[in-house]
Amino acid sequence: MNILEVTHLSKDFNLHILNNKRIEALKDINFTMKEGEIIGLTGKSGSGKSSLMKCLYRTYLASTGEIIYLSKNGPVDLVKADDHRIIDLRKNEITYCSQFLSVIPRVSAIDVVCEHLFRVEKDKDFARRQSKEMLEQLGLPYELWDAFPVTFSGGEQQRINVARAIIAKPRFLLIDEPTASLDAKTKDVVVDMILQLKAQGTSVLVISHDEYTLERLCDRRIDLKFGEIISEELATNQ
Amino acid sequence: MSRNADNWLLRVTNLTKIYGEPNENTIALTGPEFNSNICPETESIVACADISFDLYPGEVLGIVGESGSGKSTVVKLLYFDMEKTGGAAWLKPYADGNIEMLSESNQKKRFIRNNLMGMVYQNPRDGLNFNFTSGGNIAEKLIMAGNYHVGEIRERASDLLTKTEVPVLRMDDRPANFSGGMQQRVQISKAIANNPPLLFLDEVTTGLDVSVQAKVLDLIRELQQDLGIAMIVVSHDLSVIRMLTDRTIVMKNGRIVESGLTDQILQDPQHEYSRLLVSSLL
Repeated sequence: MNILEVTHLSKDFNLHILNNKRIEALKDINFTMKEGEIIGLTGKSGSGKSSLMKCLYRTYLASTGEIIYLSKNGPVDLVKADDHRIIDLRKNEITYCSQFLSVIPRVSAIDVVCEHLFRVEKDKDFARRQSKEMLEQLGLPYELWDAFPVTFSGGEQQRINVARAIIAKPRFLLIDEPTASLDAKTKDVVVDMILQLKAQGTSVLVISHDEYTLERLCDRRIDLKFGEIISEELATNQ
Repeated sequence: MSRNADNWLLRVTNLTKIYGEPNENTIALTGPEFNSNICPETESIVACADISFDLYPGEVLGIVGESGSGKSTVVKLLYFDMEKTGGAAWLKPYADGNIEMLSESNQKKRFIRNNLMGMVYQNPRDGLNFNFTSGGNIAEKLIMAGNYHVGEIRERASDLLTKTEVPVLRMDDRPANFSGGMQQRVQISKAIANNPPLLFLDEVTTGLDVSVQAKVLDLIRELQQDLGIAMIVVSHDLSVIRMLTDRTIVMKNGRIVESGLTDQILQDPQHEYSRLLVSSLL
């Protein structure tokens, strides 16, 4: 069953500062994704990988095309669905993990990680226990657990970022560069966590430049160049 | 349409406020495309027009826009601080959302305001009575909602002040003797005293220094998380909007020029004015 069907998706940006110059970030993107599949999005910087991901999450409004997502309650066009429907999906099914950690200031690492859980889980201590377990697995030093992630190093922030996306056990995970700035051992932990999600039925779209990560994770890759899909292929580990 | 399209808490349609004597062209001749909210024929001022939106339970909606764009007018109309010129609004917990609330009698409006809504103004003097003590201010709201038990009132007031980190020792002090941040927190205590499902916040951090701003914002966020209160946050500060809201409405010259998910408005604004607003952030 396809969890995602993208047809004729395009995204233009109007740069109003430069006399409304148009930039075509995505051109006629077509692909489908099976439930429980992990697809790797690859391509050089600026090829449109993150733009595509943001269109799927509705942070960007697609200029044309359809993104049919098969939710628990039936198909939804993520391009046209009303804002409340998107908020509902973000809360219950779709999680996006950006390249950079952006969190509410003055919230401890433990609570940042449980942010999604707090929305659905009334028992805060239970949520915090799960968060601690995850931080333990990711090897974040204990003394940082109660500190504010804004002050953390790149690798520490990255682990928080990944943890808060994975803890929600989403049905559909969009994850941008999950293993960037991580050491080899932590990289493996993160990859294992994502594979564990997949085993529980999560479909994952992952952007990465890291061959090792892609090799271990992906069922299939989609390669982008100048906003177009240039190749779609099965990964070598199939 | 969303599958839970009837799940709204507050529904607003075509809300309009005009000062002066408008004629039939007033609405058509004002707005962002004319870059003015003054009618050229009648000189009447369109503070806001055709404002429509749904707010869901527990949702936080931001309203942004330049000074004079009509942001505050919208919340003041909904809180009955002003009389509407046109439009309608329904609140689910009032008559199950079947009676248009802006046309109700003053008595009914007072009931809605005291039991189902809270308001925090930019200036604490608008929301607090400076001749009363801080406890007395909270009591006022509770008494208006029909609670006359002094013991209960004092207990509730002290709970609220504790929650908002105002020293309970100062419950019998007047807010006039408090710092700006403390006044704001007393105002918040008063606004949420009756556990309203809906809270309006009108530029609540403007004019406070950043460390105090942070405390007030953290408090609002905690309240939202713990009590699930739906909020309408009016602010011209986009970082406040980013931190607090799920959805945002952008206003200019009394009209909505764009509405969308907050991250979309901030990262992919569609209207020329929203783009200008977001690029001004840098």
